[in-house]
Amino acid sequence: MLAYSIRRVVQSIVVLLVVGLVAFSMFRFVGDPIDNMLGQERTDADIERLRGELGLDRPFVVQYGRFLTNAATGNLGVSYRQGRPVASILMERAPATLELAAVSGLFAIVLGVALGVFTAIRRNGIAANLIMTISLVGVSLPTFLIGILLIYLFAVELGWLPSFGRGDTVKLGGWSTGFLTSSGLKALILPSITLGLYQMTLIMRLVRSEMLEVLRAEYIRFARARGLRERAINFHHALKNTLVPVITVTGLQLGSIIAFAIITETVFQWPGVGLLFINAIQFVDIPVMAAYLMLISVMFVGINLIVDLLYFAIDPRLRVDRTVTEG
Amino acid sequence: MERIGRAWNSDFVWSFRHSPVAVVSLALVLVLVLSAVFAPLIAPYDPFDPASLNLMNGFSKPMEPNTFTGDVFWLGTDDQGRDVFSTILYGMRISLFVGFTAVLFALILGVSLGLIAGYVGGWTETAIMRVADVQLTFPAILVAMLIFGIAKGITPVHMRDEMAIWVLIIAIGLSDWVQFARVVRGATLVEKNKEYVQAAKLIGRKPGAIMLRHILPNVLSPVLVIATISLALAIIAEATLSFLGVGAPPTQPSLGTLICIGQGYLFSGEWWIILYPSITLLALALSVNLLGDWLRDTLNPKLR
Repeated sequence: MLAYSIRRVVQSIVVLLVVGLVAFSMFRFVGDPIDNMLGQERTDADIERLRGELGLDRPFVVQYGRFLTNAATGNLGVSYRQGRPVASILMERAPATLELAAVSGLFAIVLGVALGVFTAIRRNGIAANLIMTISLVGVSLPTFLIGILLIYLFAVELGWLPSFGRGDTVKLGGWSTGFLTSSGLKALILPSITLGLYQMTLIMRLVRSEMLEVLRAEYIRFARARGLRERAINFHHALKNTLVPVITVTGLQLGSIIAFAIITETVFQWPGVGLLFINAIQFVDIPVMAAYLMLISVMFVGINLIVDLLYFAIDPRLRVDRTVTEG
Repeated sequence: MERIGRAWNSDFVWSFRHSPVAVVSLALVLVLVLSAVFAPLIAPYDPFDPASLNLMNGFSKPMEPNTFTGDVFWLGTDDQGRDVFSTILYGMRISLFVGFTAVLFALILGVSLGLIAGYVGGWTETAIMRVADVQLTFPAILVAMLIFGIAKGITPVHMRDEMAIWVLIIAIGLSDWVQFARVVRGATLVEKNKEYVQAAKLIGRKPGAIMLRHILPNVLSPVLVIATISLALAIIAEATLSFLGVGAPPTQPSLGTLICIGQGYLFSGEWWIILYPSITLLALALSVNLLGDWLRDTLNPKLR
């Protein structure tokens, strides 16, 4: 267990170093940083001075090391387009994305597990079959089309919900939240459904197939024979045992939610990190792109690591197996 | 003639003839691909020829004569008076071209790296598969966006619009090679210990020849399945990137770009500008996807 954990942590660090190298190379080789920072009226002396200040005359490895230490201490450079430190722009935008991701994650888990259990128990019912068919169509729809469809229905035709933006936000320290105003909450609904729908169907299908598997098991038949109520069997015995794969898949999907937020944020003009990233690509704002890359890889690698370690903690059988096979 | 008869009765064709889903989706794919290929012949207007455009025709409703000119457009026109039906045909051309080329690129890259990794082994294998693992940690669309951004940064400003399609192809292709490499490596590991490979080695064939002539033909059927499913994903990825404004340039609009343009008219009631490109994209992605599912079930049920 300990050896495995250490190996996983080392692997994660290596991945992060590689991503850091990619981000650094973007800075260093895509466009000339000096060109980007100095205006048209520059002298050779200016160029030399800046080259020295930025450390561009040092060996590659030294530059890379400095880049990493800077990044670790929160110095992510200055946006070419906005002329402000990237770190503070990210801090400003992060709450919007995190709130959106949290709500859609919650939506996906709650509805996904509920519908999964429902479709497994009423496996031959009309409603269950209908849900399965709709979910199949839902999976093949591209995210942005789902968003447009929802906007058309609920914002254009019915006029119930706003089609863009976050509504009114309240500042709590450095965190601007949309949870405390009614317009903020309303604005969250459509984007979170758009973002969470794919994950919801995924979780639903997973819970359903796991449930079907478990419901065929001996101990469920035994529980029935003992005369336990259906409800107790379904939720106490069956659902509990389906949760291990569900937790791992859900954990891994959290990362995807943050990545796919890019699409949802663009459709709904949601002022989050994803929209920032898309604008950065459009205007070739390298520091913002590099910072986003590093931020999201830390999240991804962190989530993967936690899920892997959690897997061990949840399922005792794995621990025994691994120690035996790995000696 | 006898050969055709034998092919007609083969397992593969038999299971195709007896799967309505497969027949319908193949027919749909063929209709869409052919109408994209022959777009210049089918399209009633050339949407990119400024001489044929008449601004007075702007916002014509589908199947109704325009109030000013009296012209009738099957699927209506957009703000600049371009025929929506024609722009869809030309847009599909770009979507399909990017999709096919990107998958071909991913296939060649992935299959070669997978063959090498599986056959050579050692640190070459470790290096290739580690890169694949790292890339697999991130969703493909994110990788594609990033590559697009970097490549855009490298190309000189005045060439960006011209190069955009190729940059898009490379971005989507590079984000998609891992699947091919993993499957081919796995299959190669199995094949390379079989007797025919041993025999080929014994008679002194070179490793390159063994990989290409002997192992490759035997690992191709899962590659075909993955390629078909990848095509659906690549078409959606292209549409998504173009929709987000980081794909096809406005001068060469793909289906995604058309949807993006149409989104602007959602509130003012010109629904046809966005609806028809969306339906086309959906039909394309769905039919290729269903075809891929059928191929997977038929050729290699284990891939499920």
